[in-house]
Amino acid sequence: MSYKITEEGNVATIFLDGEIDMDVTEKAKEVILPLVEAGKEVHLNLKDVSYMDSSGISVLIESHQKALETNTKVVVKEVSKSVLKVIMMAKLEQILNLE
Amino acid sequence: MDISESKDFLVHSGSLKEVRTFSREVFEKLKLNNDLKDELVLAIAEAAQNIVKHGYKGVEDTKDHMQIKISMKDNQLEIGFFDKGKPVVAENIQHRNLDDIKPGGLGTFFIKQIMDDAVFKKDQQKWVNHLILTKKI
Repeated sequence: MSYKITEEGNVATIFLDGEIDMDVTEKAKEVILPLVEAGKEVHLNLKDVSYMDSSGISVLIESHQKALETNTKVVVKEVSKSVLKVIMMAKLEQILNLE
Repeated sequence: MDISESKDFLVHSGSLKEVRTFSREVFEKLKLNNDLKDELVLAIAEAAQNIVKHGYKGVEDTKDHMQIKISMKDNQLEIGFFDKGKPVVAENIQHRNLDDIKPGGLGTFFIKQIMDDAVFKKDQQKWVNHLILTKKI
């Protein structure tokens, strides 16, 4: 997994790339959670994420819940078809902010 | 097309990508459609992840290997997982309630959603755990 971050005002957009599994969840959390904890509105762009398993879904849930705690939000954008299937299998499409 | 292929993997989270690659290669040979292939690869990866995460919980840098065997016969897909981790008590395995939104507890749910059956068998001398996932294709 690789990533790129752009910031504009209070919005930080994280472009994740590659496959998100148990092996990279700590790295993903280290990228996402500090921005959420800093009160940024975080946009996770997943268009280049080709695979995500339950560990990746856990990162999305943890980020979402941390955002609620810090009174901001995480928006999940441009989800690839394969990742959307996994989000829907977990019945999270109504919980996560998908755009 | 009938097939039977197996491969050993180091029990480590870094092996999960190799597990997916092996699985995809076998399913390519079986000419499964992409949606089904993606689902099966996810189920296999989740089961392998469970071995790394739960079977070897608290074990740092093991040199143990797990084995994954994918077989197809008469349109019945069977995927075997063999490991030497902590003995699994099948009755204790359950996924979390989906309405209880929190990180974790989804891997087993995905496996049950995708596969027809998941059974632990005590039929191995060499291995501690033997999980068999099956699905009619």
